[in-house]
Amino acid sequence: MHEQELPAALAVDTDGNFSRLVEIYQDRLYAFALRLSGMPQDAEEILVDAFVRAYRALGEYSGARIRSLALKPWLYQITLNVFRNRVRGRRLSLVSIEAEDALPARRAAGHAASQPDAMLEQSQLRQRLAARIAELPERERVAVVLRHVQGYSYAEIAELLEQPVGTVKANVHRGIRRLREALKVDEDWR
Amino acid sequence: MSIENQHPLAEARKMVRELRDLGTISAPTTVLPAVLERLGQSDAYTCCESPIGPVYVAYNGLGISAVMSAASATAFEEAFRARFARPLRPVAALPDKLTRSWEQLWTGKTRSVPDVDLRGLSGFERSVLEKAREIPRGEMRPYAWIAREIGRPKAVRAVGTALRRNPVPLLIPCHRIGRSDGRVGNYAFGATAKQAVLAFEGVDVGRMEELAQAGVRYYGSDTTHIYCFPTCRHARRITDAHRVLLRAETDAIDAGYRPCKVCRPAIAA
Repeated sequence: MHEQELPAALAVDTDGNFSRLVEIYQDRLYAFALRLSGMPQDAEEILVDAFVRAYRALGEYSGARIRSLALKPWLYQITLNVFRNRVRGRRLSLVSIEAEDALPARRAAGHAASQPDAMLEQSQLRQRLAARIAELPERERVAVVLRHVQGYSYAEIAELLEQPVGTVKANVHRGIRRLREALKVDEDWR
Repeated sequence: MSIENQHPLAEARKMVRELRDLGTISAPTTVLPAVLERLGQSDAYTCCESPIGPVYVAYNGLGISAVMSAASATAFEEAFRARFARPLRPVAALPDKLTRSWEQLWTGKTRSVPDVDLRGLSGFERSVLEKAREIPRGEMRPYAWIAREIGRPKAVRAVGTALRRNPVPLLIPCHRIGRSDGRVGNYAFGATAKQAVLAFEGVDVGRMEELAQAGVRYYGSDTTHIYCFPTCRHARRITDAHRVLLRAETDAIDAGYRPCKVCRPAIAA
């Protein structure tokens, strides 16, 4: 079954076709959740929560509403909401924030030891990049991930986030600038 | 090649390329099974300790879906699939929350009960099982009591059938329901297991059989003139001197006794 046929199929039989929805969207949404949260464990939990919410919502929608649903932006919005709720819940505990800040760097150091030089450099850069993205202010992080990690157009992102295109562009631009500065600082420190 | 030595444009291009590479990643294979489990479209199971020895316990996002004793994990999987027709996978242990409620079942410290998945049962079967859940630990009620309480006084045999279809014995205490003549009766895990669970919960099973043999069905108190099922918590505190053994409801009414409002051996006036 193709992505375009999915809303019609879900409208007829949500239970029977829901696993297909998971299969079609899970990679994109996982990459999204992973780059937002910076932690594979969190990303997986966010993703499972998001799909469960999507399923429950579909149960309450009429067949006509499901048929006219734009699944992709809808699922991204749910994933983003689950992510935001978790962050909000966690802000209360200072301990876990500190522990997580330290982790990507430590992990990168441990991981590096076993790799040949060229690959090592590349994977180190990528891991630093991933860690720095996770530290961006949320609105810049979301915009950068959607634009540059996932490759959506500004128009698509604007629709998905329900923001004007100009706002999205500004957030992507600021995010990229901040990333480059952060990576420069990383270099200077070595 | 470190970033700072490069031309700014090349550096930006490289970063954009690296960013795009961060997006080429597959979701872990555990996502789909986890989602289906949360939705109740598939289940996980493990082996748990109970007063009648190890039993297999299956669960999904809706709650505990099955409790069965089986010769082996394979035998359990077969029996589960035959009845529920859902995929099933073994796990090392129940999730923390379910582990706690499973353990609390046996300590009797709480009356909170874990969620159970009763899909696939008829409305009648559900109402029988919900009623069975109201019977406290250490007490027993007859099948006819359930039938009357749910407003289907003639459906005594159907109550027995519904209890036999209980997907979560031990958890929904179908073992606390016995025959109207006071005998303990049969059970999904066998009569011996039923006696063992009841004894574990504090029922004097030997005494119950003695009373049944003597035809005694109720305890009355000659001070309060109230009669109860023998296992009712109010019957258990009647002292020997004031305990009156009653063989039938009519005997109780003739003697001027009224039914207990807690165990409701008949509709309390």
